[in-house]
Amino acid sequence: MLLIHCPWCGPRNEDEFSYGGEAHIVRPAAPEAESDAQWADYLFMRTNRKGLNLERWVHTHGCGRWFNVARDTVTHRIEAVYGMGEAPPVQSRGGG
Amino acid sequence: MNEQRFRLFAGGRIDRERAVRFDFDGERYTGFAGDTVASALLAHGVHLVGRSFKYHRPRGILSAGAEEPNALLQVGRGAYTLPNQRATQVELYAGLSATSQNRWPSLRFDAGAVSSLLSPLFPAGFYYKTFMWPPSFWLRHYEPLIRRAAGLGRSPTEPDPDRYEKMHVHCDVLVVGAGAAGLAAALSAGRTGARVMLADEQSEPGGWLLGSKTAIDDAPAVEWIASALEDLRSMPEVRVLPRTTVTGYYDHNYLVALERVGDHLPPGTGGARPRQRLWKIRARQVVLATGAHERPLVFRNNDRPGIMLAGAARQYVNRYAVRPGESAVVVTNNDSAYPAAIDLSDCGMQVHIVDVRSRPPEAMAAAARQRSIEIFAGHALVAAHGHARVREVTLASLDAARTGYTGTPRRLSCDLVAMSGGLNPAVHLFSQSRGRIVYSPERGCFVPGESVQAERSAGAANGTFPLAYCLSEGREAGKAAAAAAGFRKRGGLRSPKVEGEREQPAEAWWISPPSRAGAPLNKHFVDFQNDVSAADIALAAREGYRSVEHVKRYTTTGMGTDQGKTSNTNAIAIISQTLGVDPSQVGVTTFRPPYTPLTFGALAGRDIGELADPVRTTPMHDWHLAHGAAFEDVGQWKRPWYYPAAGESMQDAVDRECLAARNAIGILDATTLGKIDIQGADAAEFLDRIYTNGFRKLAPGRCRYGLMCGEDGMVFDDGVTARLADRHFLMSTTTGGAARVLAWLEEWSQTEWPELEVYFNSVTEQYAVASISGPFARALLEELATGIDLGPEALPFMSWGEGRVAGIPARIVRVSFTGESSFEINVPSDYGLYLWTTLMRAGARYGITPFGTEAMHVLRAEKGFIIAGQDTDGTVTPDDLGLGRMVSRHKDFIGKRSLARPDCRRADRKQLVGLLTEDPQTVLPEGAQIVDRVLPRPPMKMIGHVTSSYFSANLGRSIALALLRGGRERHGERVVLPLPKRRVAATVTAPVFYDEQGERLRA
Ligand SMILES: [Zn+2]
Repeated sequence: MLLIHCPWCGPRNEDEFSYGGEAHIVRPAAPEAESDAQWADYLFMRTNRKGLNLERWVHTHGCGRWFNVARDTVTHRIEAVYGMGEAPPVQSRGGG
Repeated sequence: MNEQRFRLFAGGRIDRERAVRFDFDGERYTGFAGDTVASALLAHGVHLVGRSFKYHRPRGILSAGAEEPNALLQVGRGAYTLPNQRATQVELYAGLSATSQNRWPSLRFDAGAVSSLLSPLFPAGFYYKTFMWPPSFWLRHYEPLIRRAAGLGRSPTEPDPDRYEKMHVHCDVLVVGAGAAGLAAALSAGRTGARVMLADEQSEPGGWLLGSKTAIDDAPAVEWIASALEDLRSMPEVRVLPRTTVTGYYDHNYLVALERVGDHLPPGTGGARPRQRLWKIRARQVVLATGAHERPLVFRNNDRPGIMLAGAARQYVNRYAVRPGESAVVVTNNDSAYPAAIDLSDCGMQVHIVDVRSRPPEAMAAAARQRSIEIFAGHALVAAHGHARVREVTLASLDAARTGYTGTPRRLSCDLVAMSGGLNPAVHLFSQSRGRIVYSPERGCFVPGESVQAERSAGAANGTFPLAYCLSEGREAGKAAAAAAGFRKRGGLRSPKVEGEREQPAEAWWISPPSRAGAPLNKHFVDFQNDVSAADIALAAREGYRSVEHVKRYTTTGMGTDQGKTSNTNAIAIISQTLGVDPSQVGVTTFRPPYTPLTFGALAGRDIGELADPVRTTPMHDWHLAHGAAFEDVGQWKRPWYYPAAGESMQDAVDRECLAARNAIGILDATTLGKIDIQGADAAEFLDRIYTNGFRKLAPGRCRYGLMCGEDGMVFDDGVTARLADRHFLMSTTTGGAARVLAWLEEWSQTEWPELEVYFNSVTEQYAVASISGPFARALLEELATGIDLGPEALPFMSWGEGRVAGIPARIVRVSFTGESSFEINVPSDYGLYLWTTLMRAGARYGITPFGTEAMHVLRAEKGFIIAGQDTDGTVTPDDLGLGRMVSRHKDFIGKRSLARPDCRRADRKQLVGLLTEDPQTVLPEGAQIVDRVLPRPPMKMIGHVTSSYFSANLGRSIALALLRGGRERHGERVVLPLPKRRVAATVTAPVFYDEQGERLRA
């Protein structure tokens, strides 16, 4: 059970949150202009590193806000929590 | 049997004033308060308590704690019964009733024991090799036999009469284990003012000290324990939890512990207290002072009853005042067995020591010889003899290579063998915390390596065995943990004074050689619970298994309910010997929670019965109940399914309800449909991006049906959205999809388009909704409504208006899911029941009829209206549903680009069609497959499936909706659906069976 620091509510148990997949996947500004391959890449392909990942989480059973988490998938250490739209304070690392 | 022939007259932690009666396997016994079932049975000389898993060999009490592999009991009767309870941990209470699990038909005469003769049939890999046989053979012959023979307990079948609780707590320092190290840690952490929890699995704190004669500060150790507890109780921030096993160590220092609050009391006498309490603990720092488990030695027939661990024998003597036999052979590779031998001798037993080391420890050996204990140094036990109880052992002098024997073997008669193969630190929780355990060649055991979480091990759990070091290491660990949590106190604690112990190293000795070279090791047991012998492990190594994880699965060693607490290290050592490598190269298995088994009751806690899941009901619920509705669960909602009148079947009721909705008035409680209030300057723009169709141009006062897709282009929910004002919308969703849709809107708003000003609020429970449908719906509403023109020009289909109904402020929305002219009346929830009863009373003369979800499903299917999640399954595009016209060409929306992917444009996608069976009375089962060509048996090529299927009273025949490959081009074709024992032919049609032009719903 991870202890996640919601930027609005403070440290809470993982089961109050929902996981929202990889962070910083940018939706193409003009989807119609994307090739099928580019669109498939946006839609389906994720890095899934063994190491530090930048992820989206939402405090479902709390304030309902989305935010970003830098979490190591090997140690489960959370290195940073930061707002939606903010630049990551750490870089993801580890095997692809 | 009331005579406790083996009970000592003095000493021990039992209360001789409080006799406790209990029965075991139908025989009556008496023990004392403070006994476990194991100690009380031993007081009667009972060692035989079970039969082994595969070979049904008689088994005795091996240990005095959680590691017990043999003495598994079914405890308690009826609804209170619990399986797999370790006799060494079950505290005695008056009237306790226990049966040995692993026997059939009886412990003394065991029919399964004949399989001892068949033991060559059960080699390592038995399960894997046997699974290769035809499955029918396995199911019919092996599994029932093994289940009955294995006898791993039975669950109660009645509802659990006990109550279970859960506690969620935070603390600064959690100390696990209240032995010497744990008590020292709790004392030094507690005095800093930190919030300390001390959890210990035993009935009283003290751990191993309770079973020793050690002195601390020149007084018996129990006095030090008592004063330590007194100090801890005086600290307001310290909580001591006895009878509490920490069973799991999870991420971010989250630990789970089971407190057995009432298991030691007669069933049903705990009063208001729960039987068990599950603690969920978030600790800043953890001190693991979980102690160690002694290892058995591996020799031929080392599993005979009467053979136990030396430390356990010592516990029985000192803590429980039980003499575990008349004559003992103590066999060891280390010093710890010497105090055990001395204690056994002091309680009146005849004792011999067999020490595999050629040089026994001098002072200890002298103390033993003073008591006339004969010591056989450089000897090993070749074999034990006896069946239901050990009665003799063979020992022999080890040769120089220590792989065989020299000289003449000797025999010693005995009824107890106390063995010590050294200590294994209880690293289970450390390993669960994802710390790596490492092999320590000096100590001959696995010890905790580097910490991964905010945790430290102390004392025997850390491979530190002498008492003086346990105390100091515990004290330092407690102090360091408190400091790491931000709590400090000047000045140190005084070190208690203990007798010096200087131990000689243990010899890394694991297994006695066979009596002659090459003789089988198939009776040298390693895992007692799963009946795995040294021969099995050697076989696995010979068959090419190298990793301990593979050997474990192949031989099942360590896979019993005890998780190999006594066997894992021996197994690893034997693998390493067989392969000729160092134990550290074999690796270790992963320890998984729980440390000892948990009950389902504790895990469920109070979340059972009506508290298992919230039940949501509408304001009209009591009316539905009073009118005999049958209910259907839709998400957490209870919705009326149909309203059977006296003598009506479900089909009768649904037919009547469907006919009324088309010919008179049907009334539906539509409160449960999700309602999301959407406001903001950019609300229309936002909806444009969410829905496949356009919403920006929707005029206030009007409504629009919308389809929502995922970014993959697949339909995800649908519903009608009304524009209440320029910047204000009210979205409706499916009942089951309400929460998901709200989360979906929030996600896109917060994460992708934060620049759009738009706010969402669930108002599902703020409004009660009655929906009336049918030719007289308008006439009825006109009688009750004021301040609103309900005519088709003023309030056309897909518009809404405000007024009063029965005096209540109401929003009336002209949408229709039945295909009839419908009015959806929204009122504040508190008026819901009043609105409903008023409509029912006034509607009586029109034949108003309440209808449930089943009739609603039939009515909408007659019209070909889909239900998202029933007619769609996450692989269906708007075009597949024939709703391609709802996909805007003029704007982007979520999923639009995906609809242009080649796979979404295939002509042979599954498309929504209608099916009319050739026999109009046949109702296809939902989920039935449409096949390309019927073959005598599967597989057949499946080209579609039925998603909705009903009997339609209005049409006088069955109807179905289906998804069919290229279905739009196949209208008029005949298809076949094979069903068990029959096949059904049907004609493909358009998915609309009634009022195709929609004249009725617009009326
Ligand atoms: Zn929050």
